[in-house]
Amino acid sequence: MVLYCEICSLPVEFCEFGKSFKKCKLWLQSNNNEIYNKLYNSDIKSSLSKEEEEKISNSLAKMQLKEERKLERDLINLQNSKILIKRIPRTKHKYIVAIANLDLLDPNLFDMKKTCKKFASKFATGCSISKNSEKKDEIVIQGDVADEVESYLREFIDSNGINIKIEHVTERFTNKKK
Amino acid sequence: MFKKFSKDDVHTRTNVKSSVAKTLKSKLVSQYPKLEDVIDEIIPKKVPISLYKCEDKIQLYVVNNEILFYQQFDDLIPELRLVHKYPDAFPSVQVDRGAIKFVLSGANIMCPGLTSPGAKLPEEDWPVNKIVVVYAEGKENAMAVGKLAMSINDIKTINKDTGIELYEYLNDGMWNFRD
Ligand SMILES: [Zn+2]
Repeated sequence: MVLYCEICSLPVEFCEFGKSFKKCKLWLQSNNNEIYNKLYNSDIKSSLSKEEEEKISNSLAKMQLKEERKLERDLINLQNSKILIKRIPRTKHKYIVAIANLDLLDPNLFDMKKTCKKFASKFATGCSISKNSEKKDEIVIQGDVADEVESYLREFIDSNGINIKIEHVTERFTNKKK
Repeated sequence: MFKKFSKDDVHTRTNVKSSVAKTLKSKLVSQYPKLEDVIDEIIPKKVPISLYKCEDKIQLYVVNNEILFYQQFDDLIPELRLVHKYPDAFPSVQVDRGAIKFVLSGANIMCPGLTSPGAKLPEEDWPVNKIVVVYAEGKENAMAVGKLAMSINDIKTINKDTGIELYEYLNDGMWNFRD
């Protein structure tokens, strides 16, 4: 039976060539000490010269460090990114609400379609999912309910222990005539 | 072939007729004679074989939600997890440790990686276009599958340029395919 790594999915002997080697090693150490020792606490048999081996391990270390930095950056980006509630004027006194960046929420926790239906009945108004100019899904509600949406989302985020900010913006009415 | 491959590349999914399944099994055995004893274990009788027709005329043969074989032209090619289960069933070569990194990034295999001290080629000559499993120095399990770009004797004597055209490798789109 081949032992596949639960971190990178490869046969464990190939973890050293992957991007998540450090995590892979930790996983293997706590899951199969025998194989861990065989792989990492014994000499590698190799036909390559010392210099060539060094070259390989240097370039792998570089790649793995790059990946670690990328993951750190992604995490920071996620923390800095926020759900955007936009109040958009339709006429001088009529607003609709669009909610952007909902893909920050785990789709298993937050179902856009269901939430859309919930909003429609909660606010007794039209609610739909549409693509914005960046081709990302937004929930659009036909009514000036930004405050209500905000408190709903806040409660959802708090009760699920998620750390995402919500920002509330009101776009200005410009009397554009086509 | 599968550097970027996902379920979005699948056009249709159908179950094959039992007559087609029969032909497929006998074709597998004729291409890989060592499968004869285990073919009913790999593809149990009465379990349907699904055929996924994909982009670039690639076809996948799927049993119990696992890709077992695929083909683009005539040859049937085993998926890597299947190779791991039946390591002796397929013709194989070995590259040296220096080539592993390149193979795992999807590069075709150059002859020197197949002829150096850490590599292994069969004694006998195999023709160009033969499907081979690729092992690596110091590793037990196969890491790639490809097609000979020149005969084994040519790889040995010419010893430059591409020796094996890579089809699939650990961590490519096929390996990570989720339906
Ligand atoms: Zn791993």
